[in-house]
Amino acid sequence: MVNQTFDAIVVGAGPSGNAAAYTMAKNGLNVLQIERGEYAGSKNVQGAILYADALEKIIPDFREDAPLERHVIEQRMWTMDDRSHTGMHYRSEDFNEEKPNRYTILRAQFDKWFSSKVKEAGATVLCETTVTELVKDLEDKVIGVRTDRGGAPIMANVVILAEGVNGLVGERSGLRPVVSADSVALAVKEMHFLSRETIEARFNLSGNEGVVIEAMGTITKGMTGTGFLYTNEESISVGIGCIVSDFAQSDVTPYALLEAFKNHPSIKPLLAGSECKEYAAHLIPEGGYKAIPQLVGDGWIVVGDAGQFVNAVHREGSNLAMTTGRIAGETVTWLHRLREEASKANLAEYEKRLATTFVIKDLKKYRGIPALLHNNKQNFFGLYPRLISQAMQTWFRVDGIDKVSKEKEIFRSFRSTRTLFGMIGDAFRLVRAWR
Amino acid sequence: MSESAKPAPPAASGRASTKKELPEHFKAYKHVWVAVEIEHGHAHSVSFELLGEGRKLADRRGVELGAVVMGDDRSSLDAAAAQAFEYGADVVYLVCHPTLAHYRNEVATRVMTDLVNTYQPEILLLGATNLGRDLAGSVATTLLTGLTADCTELEIDEEGSLAATRPTFGGSLLCTIFTLNFRPQMATVRPRVLAMPEPIAARTGRIVEHAVNLDENDIVTKVLQFIADRDSDKAQLPYADIVVAGGLGLRSAENFSLVRELADVLGGEYGGSRPLVQKGWITADRQIGQTGKTIRPRLYIAAGISGAIQHRVGVEGADMIVAINSDPNAPIFEFAHLGIVADAITLLPALTEAFSKRLRVNRLAS
Amino acid sequence: MHIVVCIKQVPDSAQIRVHPVHNTIMRQGVPTIINPYDLFALEEALRLRDRLGGEVTVLTMGPPTASESLRKALTFGADRAVLLTDRYFAGSDTLATSYALATALEKIAAEFGAPDIVFTGKQTIDGDTAQVGPGIAKRLNYNQLTYVARIAETDLAAGTITVERRAEGGTQVLLSRLPALITMLEATNEMRRGSIENALAAASAKVITWNATDIGVTDLTKCGLRGSPTIVKKVFAPGARSEKASFIEAEGGSDLLADAVISAIFARAPAVEADLLEFAATQY
Ligand SMILES: Cc1cc2nc3c(=O)[nH]c(=O)nc-3n(C[C@H](O)[C@H](O)[C@H](O)COP(=O)(O)OP(=O)(O)OC[C@H]3O[C@@H](n4cnc5c(N)ncnc54)[C@H](O)[C@@H]3O)c2cc1C
Ligand SMILES: Cc1cc2nc3c(=O)[nH]c(=O)nc-3n(C[C@H](O)[C@H](O)[C@H](O)COP(=O)(O)OP(=O)(O)OC[C@H]3O[C@@H](n4cnc5c(N)ncnc54)[C@H](O)[C@@H]3O)c2cc1C
Ligand SMILES: Nc1ncnc2c1ncn2[C@@H]1O[C@H](COP(=O)(O)O)[C@@H](O)[C@H]1O
Repeated sequence: MVNQTFDAIVVGAGPSGNAAAYTMAKNGLNVLQIERGEYAGSKNVQGAILYADALEKIIPDFREDAPLERHVIEQRMWTMDDRSHTGMHYRSEDFNEEKPNRYTILRAQFDKWFSSKVKEAGATVLCETTVTELVKDLEDKVIGVRTDRGGAPIMANVVILAEGVNGLVGERSGLRPVVSADSVALAVKEMHFLSRETIEARFNLSGNEGVVIEAMGTITKGMTGTGFLYTNEESISVGIGCIVSDFAQSDVTPYALLEAFKNHPSIKPLLAGSECKEYAAHLIPEGGYKAIPQLVGDGWIVVGDAGQFVNAVHREGSNLAMTTGRIAGETVTWLHRLREEASKANLAEYEKRLATTFVIKDLKKYRGIPALLHNNKQNFFGLYPRLISQAMQTWFRVDGIDKVSKEKEIFRSFRSTRTLFGMIGDAFRLVRAWR
Repeated sequence: MSESAKPAPPAASGRASTKKELPEHFKAYKHVWVAVEIEHGHAHSVSFELLGEGRKLADRRGVELGAVVMGDDRSSLDAAAAQAFEYGADVVYLVCHPTLAHYRNEVATRVMTDLVNTYQPEILLLGATNLGRDLAGSVATTLLTGLTADCTELEIDEEGSLAATRPTFGGSLLCTIFTLNFRPQMATVRPRVLAMPEPIAARTGRIVEHAVNLDENDIVTKVLQFIADRDSDKAQLPYADIVVAGGLGLRSAENFSLVRELADVLGGEYGGSRPLVQKGWITADRQIGQTGKTIRPRLYIAAGISGAIQHRVGVEGADMIVAINSDPNAPIFEFAHLGIVADAITLLPALTEAFSKRLRVNRLAS
Repeated sequence: MHIVVCIKQVPDSAQIRVHPVHNTIMRQGVPTIINPYDLFALEEALRLRDRLGGEVTVLTMGPPTASESLRKALTFGADRAVLLTDRYFAGSDTLATSYALATALEKIAAEFGAPDIVFTGKQTIDGDTAQVGPGIAKRLNYNQLTYVARIAETDLAAGTITVERRAEGGTQVLLSRLPALITMLEATNEMRRGSIENALAAASAKVITWNATDIGVTDLTKCGLRGSPTIVKKVFAPGARSEKASFIEAEGGSDLLADAVISAIFARAPAVEADLLEFAATQY
């Protein structure tokens, strides 16, 4: 029985692996998916934003039974210093549409649901099994995998590596370089339980409406990173993440950072009275376009976080993961139908198809940002948020000083702490990176 | 049987009948009984705890408190009966037979069901020990009656029914369970959950000697051997007056010795939370909590234990709970009497030192 | 030999939450696991089979999703999995559960051969009663061996079994006859990993699914809520103690703090102080 050859083996059952396995199984391929966790999602950090579009292209009617928490109708972007936040909020009734565009989800449940769809589509899903190495033939073509359960290798025409950011299989087999510490962020997050009613009253929501807060500033203590808070149905996900190499140079632990974030005067009241039940840490690839490794080879394809497909600026990841997974699945299906082998040259079709999607286009657009933010972290995550906060305070405090003087004071404070030249330079670089 | 012949399934929530409609033939069932657990000649103290509680239930019902003692050695049965009276029994049902030399499910079930059918108690309480749990399940199934296992509280409601409260869902919740329409109403209670009553010296009662018709040749299961726990290191946690325990906050197996040292100075027992057992820092018999031992010491010192509900249910009976935890929001401070927000790894040795100093000084003074 | 292991799928109670307002269990998203105590029974059964030959059938009563637990048992190497599921079984207490399981065991005996041993775990972590095993034994009239720490000997020809049973204050060595019902003590063995062959086979294996009619239940009043003499009238969260801990603080280091702690203990519990002095008298 183990001697059978699968059309494809998918390593990992996160969004990217599920998208790939589902797409292939649905098209009649004989698919084996291997996940090291107890079940799909069991190893995944909970609480996230789901971007509907990417999933709709895979399972059009997913809204019927997917475990969705709240659809997002309001986005708050905050820059914070130690005592204040300055916010830009966007809320629109348009987001209360029939098919909402973004949802908050709990990954553990969502992944489990997605996995059940993969099984329904006909794939064989093997959990609690870790792929330990790729099996190659004499010509260095990947022909199967070995697992920690020992026994004979399991063979397949193609192996899709959907093992996430710190997946070791690709690295160990020399397909991908080891992810460098300055292109990956460590995020820690907690789930805080609160009653539905409290969440709705506190965030001005009704029904299944939800809010997302994204924050940057002194909360990361000068490190490159952001904090976030999402409303779920009866819980709040709150977390913060910074580039790993920054953590390494600082004496702040991720846990302490999260504690401080939670105790920030702007965040604390939002969590008051809640009960924290989960703490988790996870890596996020943030190297962007420049960090994308080789994506295909003889008998293998890389998808999702394993391919560094995350748009750190917009906090998008799972949609890129699902899209790359789907396209990889479609490519393999296409080759299967043509009875073509999964050679590197043939699989290059995957890269070609990807290049026409938002995945590559967006990552290209933002390719300069990760380095820019990282190289100017003292300014972006310390100085500017403080200056903005000071300016706001000067502006809003009514104290008998005329407005013209206030404007001058604000301008002075900006100039005295950071040279005008430096600031213009940063703005210029930011715009260029963004473009 | 066809699908259509089935009665409609009951509503999804709530039991089928939550109203008391006691069938006629059960109305004669009266009195509260406690099965006295005797192994190797000695009555288990949980039986006395149950007699204390049974006394209250019997008084509320205005009925007698009965104790069942069974075994093969008349003198130890008489001794157990005398103790049962002192702890509150009005009547002792005594069964003495050679087949009852060691506890065996087969025989004990037969004797107990025979007694129940003959004398018809309305409530039957057993200890939730290995013996009690082994016997209770068989008896309840034989009699087809309800059994509430591992109760933490027993009560009589306004209608005169036994309201048995027990933890459920891993201790996160409590539930109150009734057996309204069957008799006897059975419940088991773990050792040390109920307070030990004060015995009344020389209190006596009636002995009803019940003859049974048993033949060793009919009994399938044989006891080949009994290997007593001579291992003197076996923890006596449930009965210790002072218990010092540690949790994951101690961070390493080496640091756990700080707990043992303090326990030593106080002449107490030491124990720990479940993760320590899983990590192999302590043996399973030293685990305190829902799936470990229930303790009722006069003084309980918990160091580096968060106070999860499963731990809490095992220690709440302590007269005084002192918690050392570095996190001021640790749940243990919700139920501890004295709280110290401190690093246990530095405070424990300081406590050991301070205690031994004080005890020594006082000793010299006196 | 034919061994049946009763396993139960339970919510991982480490992850259960009580609704802060309604005091109800929030099941949503709580992962389920095989009752940890049942794994000791299953591993013991697999070892017996590996040693003496034969088959291991796993049996569970639960919702359709309980088949996940059965599949996992197949991954470990069980030969056959039976799921007993029917809305008529919903709300069963231990008496009704043992009725359903015993009836299913009769059907298993008829279809796949009479079991020599039926195993259950010591107890479940959700029901936590340790009564279902004894209930099954009584109903099937199997010899009941609870809290078994070790199976010393199994003589299939003679139909005998010798076990070490954990009793109060010691270990009983019992000689009994097959068929027997054994509830296995925890920490008596360690569950195997399951080979890749088993894992792959399990992933696509068929779970035999029976409802009340299939196992030949003729009297539905013995099942589920109706068949349960116990009635859960009230479910509530443990009350918080009225006063929280009084905190002890002291300036100037652990020694002073330790002293303050001891004073506080003695002030509140003079009896403890008296006891300690008495103890000290025997020590120093
Ligand atoms: C705190 C945090 C918040 C985030 N928020 C968002 C958000 O709001 N919206 C969004 O779109 N994205 C978000 N992301 C990013 C998103 O989670 C990832 O981009 C996405 O999960 C990537 O999917 P994946 O399938 O590539 O990898 P993963 O989800 O990491 O899945 C990989 C799977 O492979 C398994 N695996 C690994 N190695 C092996 C092996 N050797 N054998 C078998 N199995 C193996 C793992 O167990 C895992 O299940 C967030 C990430 C983090 C950390
Ligand atoms: C079915 C089931 C049954 C269970 N049964 C039991 C049971 O019988 N008994 C049991 O104990 N648990 C049981 N548990 C486990 C229980 O849920 C908890 O996980 C466990 O009690 C936690 O142990 P802990 O307090 O040692 O560890 P943690 O919860 O990790 O707590 C450690 C604590 O130490 C504190 N700390 C850290 N460093 C220091 C320091 N230097 N000084 C002082 N404090 C410090 C921390 O603030 C924290 O509060 C059970 C769980 C389940 C699911
Ligand atoms: N629904 C069930 N299905 C199969 N086995 C069960 C079920 N409920 C209980 N058991 C078995 O009976 C044992 C004791 O359960 P309990 O009486 O609930 O503590 C468990 O360890 C299981 O082996």
